Amino acid sequence: MKQLSSNSETTTPAVDVVREQMLEAIKGSLGDALIDSHIKPGDDLWIRVRTDSWRTSVQKLRDVHSFDYFGFLSAIDWMPSPYGRGEDDPTEPAPERDMTIRSGYAGGDTRMQVFIRIVNSTTHFGLTVKVDVADSSPSVESLITIFAGANWHERETHEMFGIDFVGHNDLRNMYLPVDFEGHPLRKDFPLLARMVKPWPGIVDVEPLPGGDEPELAAQDSNGGDA
Amino acid sequence: MTMLGDRQQLSYIASQAADARLNLELETEGMTLNIGPQHPATHGTLRIIARLDGEQVVWAEPACGYMHRGYEKLTEVRTFPQVTTLVNRIDWLGSFANEVPFILAAEKLMGVEAPTRAQYIRTILFELSRIANVSLFLGDLGVQLGAITPVFLAFRDREYVLNLIESATGGRFHPNFDRIGGLKDDLPAGWIDETRAVMKKLRNFCDQIEDLLFGNEIFQSRTRGIGVIPRDVALQYGLSGANLRASGVDWDLRRDQTLPMMWNKADWKVWTHPDGDSFARCWIRLQETRESTKIVDQLLGSIPSGPVMAKVPKIIKVPEGEAWVSTENPLGEMGYYVVSRGDLGPFRVKIRSASFNNISITPWLLRGVYVPDIVTILASLYFILGDIDR
Amino acid sequence: MIGLFAEVPYWGQSLLRVLGGLVAVLLPAGTIVYIFLFKMMSFMQSRLGPMEAGPYGSMQLFAEVGKWLQKEDIVPDRADARIFKMAPIIVLVSTFLLVVVVPFGPDAFFTDFETGVFYALAVSSVSVLGILIAGWSSANKYSLLGGLRAAGQLIAYELPMVLAVMGVVIQAGTMNLQKIVVAQNSGSMFGIDVVGHPYVISQFVGFIIFMIAIQAELTQAPFDMPIAESELVSGYMTEYSGFRFLIFFIGEFATAGVFAMIASVLFLGGWGVPFTWFGWTSIDDIANWMNFVGPLIMFTKMMLLVFIIMWIRFSYPRLREDQLQRFAWKGLIPVALANIMVTSILKVVF
Repeated sequence: MKQLSSNSETTTPAVDVVREQMLEAIKGSLGDALIDSHIKPGDDLWIRVRTDSWRTSVQKLRDVHSFDYFGFLSAIDWMPSPYGRGEDDPTEPAPERDMTIRSGYAGGDTRMQVFIRIVNSTTHFGLTVKVDVADSSPSVESLITIFAGANWHERETHEMFGIDFVGHNDLRNMYLPVDFEGHPLRKDFPLLARMVKPWPGIVDVEPLPGGDEPELAAQDSNGGDA
Repeated sequence: MTMLGDRQQLSYIASQAADARLNLELETEGMTLNIGPQHPATHGTLRIIARLDGEQVVWAEPACGYMHRGYEKLTEVRTFPQVTTLVNRIDWLGSFANEVPFILAAEKLMGVEAPTRAQYIRTILFELSRIANVSLFLGDLGVQLGAITPVFLAFRDREYVLNLIESATGGRFHPNFDRIGGLKDDLPAGWIDETRAVMKKLRNFCDQIEDLLFGNEIFQSRTRGIGVIPRDVALQYGLSGANLRASGVDWDLRRDQTLPMMWNKADWKVWTHPDGDSFARCWIRLQETRESTKIVDQLLGSIPSGPVMAKVPKIIKVPEGEAWVSTENPLGEMGYYVVSRGDLGPFRVKIRSASFNNISITPWLLRGVYVPDIVTILASLYFILGDIDR
Repeated sequence: MIGLFAEVPYWGQSLLRVLGGLVAVLLPAGTIVYIFLFKMMSFMQSRLGPMEAGPYGSMQLFAEVGKWLQKEDIVPDRADARIFKMAPIIVLVSTFLLVVVVPFGPDAFFTDFETGVFYALAVSSVSVLGILIAGWSSANKYSLLGGLRAAGQLIAYELPMVLAVMGVVIQAGTMNLQKIVVAQNSGSMFGIDVVGHPYVISQFVGFIIFMIAIQAELTQAPFDMPIAESELVSGYMTEYSGFRFLIFFIGEFATAGVFAMIASVLFLGGWGVPFTWFGWTSIDDIANWMNFVGPLIMFTKMMLLVFIIMWIRFSYPRLREDQLQRFAWKGLIPVALANIMVTSILKVVF
């Protein structure tokens, strides 16, 4: 079993042999569908596949490499939030924010990515697979023929991010009412509570009981990116 | 711990087939019944839309979302320490267990490790929250099936565990005790001896429940053979926890992955059951409660002295990266996928809750069962609404 | 009350009968609710139960009755109002009709039917009608499910009840309840007549079947599918509130008491003690004070049987509807039939 950075006496190995071998095997079976990958030694393995090969890649991962346990499916919106963390003073003009889209591990070329977590139920080896989703009309193939459990996860991702899952014939809303407009987990969808009343930040406003002067914690400059 | 007799399986299938033939011949109309959202059987506001043919379910579908609080959006406007307050309330019966995977993910990204004493106490509190959660399950199981007495025993004995958690953390239901780098406080004096005494009481309680409920012939006939989930279906839907182990999959995240927690310092057993029916799921949870008391007893004896908090800066900024940590929570596998941008708060948190996957199997599972079996199956799958809806 | 009050005019006798009937039904109901539902159930669940209203919560029942009486009379919009209102009354009426035929003493009875047993069994089925129309007229799917389940269950368990009682009738040779009591108390078993001949000993199979059938007729756990609180909220009673629910509630416990009375008459020797204790040889010998002690004895035996009913109710989970039916048709009825056969053979032989 791989050691995470833990209380054991061994230090984190610089090269994670098991994960490197698995990555080689996956490269062998997926071929050029595999665009990018990332290994954190002792921690986890991320791969990114081509959008048009999403279903076939996951099928191969399940059938050839026995990743038969479905963990979850969701999406990430890599655009930084234009509203920051809801701490803007509404009377001031909105501050300048850095809106460049930077992706995470295993890279990414688009604003949104769908990612799943699948695990091998016998060796307990887990894998995170990411796929880019086109910006203009986000859609990706549905996985319900491979993992029946993806049904609900795809419904939730569809209503929260607006990503269409081709082949899923029942993309109803999971949590939101039928007539809800918008996709809440996208970064450009504001959190209404913070629009109504911005959060004042890390500041102790009330004097402590006993009459001491309020301790102002080092107020951090949080007018930056999200 | 026996396999279902073939005769039992065949007779159950035959009786349902006979009903189906009769319904076809009589050409009766079906009835759509709304179970919930306000209902004595569901642990919260779950709504099940069932199309019935007499007493048999033709089609059933849960409609969730009555308790959706938008946690994943809320975490984006919080700082890392503030997220534990949110996350406590996902599975509110065993709430310390919700904080732990998130804190571990943040610590992983920061490269910080809690001191050993803190890890021991974290594991003990984690197991205590499991005991609190599952003992309520055992009591509630009786109520769902009609035995109204065991639930009072469960609540009475659960009070002891909640008192323990309260004396250590200050909160019975929402401790909010875990911090990045350790714990908020050390244990109060006398806590260890009290906990030992309470574990004895809990073991007594488990024996009582086994006598009262599991040995009862009516309970057995209501739960054996009901809601059988085969192994490959369980894996496809991503079931976890006792539901997965009841279908014969030997997988326990406490044993099968290495985290900075102290489960490997105690000697305990992972229980599985080959049947995959409701009885198996309930029975495994009973055994797991007993194992938890054993884990707590063993760990109590070996808590080292030392600090409970590592050196972390006052304002916590987690470096850029992504981390996934999941643990064996009372309800199943709960995990957090934390994406950080080097900021005060997370960039995106994906909360993988166990009950979401556990309940996603119900449309498949509830076809062709009788109406009382819906309650039995939901009770044995065991979900908390906050866990499904987040 | 023939004999004791022979000089009282007819209207006086009728008035006494009515009052006596009310007392005979409502007093056991109230006592059962307080002792078993409030206190025994609480003690079994390691809690105290109602303690506020009156000393040790003894006035709780009156508080509850008052609470229900002052509630609004709600009839659901789409319910069939006339039938909806009739249903609880039908259930309670069957209880009153049932108590008419139960003897409380050698001269303390309401009527003396020659076919008392036949009448009792027939009248106890009237409550099934009440439950069924309660479920149907409520315009509520849960009530409908509860009513249908009740119809199937109550009719299924009538048969074992009747067959179990047949054994007693064959043994006693009469359907008159008073004569059955006398036969038990003046009889003897194999020459030993110290305890008389309570039919619980010779008809123990019938006794057990009768108790199980009563549990099902009262829709108590493990046979409470019609009410199944965790599935159907309250089954056929879901839409009832206030006074109508009070009638259902009282009806449930009053019927428990009356069935227990009938069971004690049939199996435990009713109001009597074995005649040999006092040297009586026939019913005319019995002293007059037995008319006052008889009801007390009957009350005690009834409480004993209700204790057993309630004990099982609070301990067991409930059977599913098809398991319940299977138990009745494939389990109880064959055993009851066998019991009748054996009884008749033994009666003829000995």
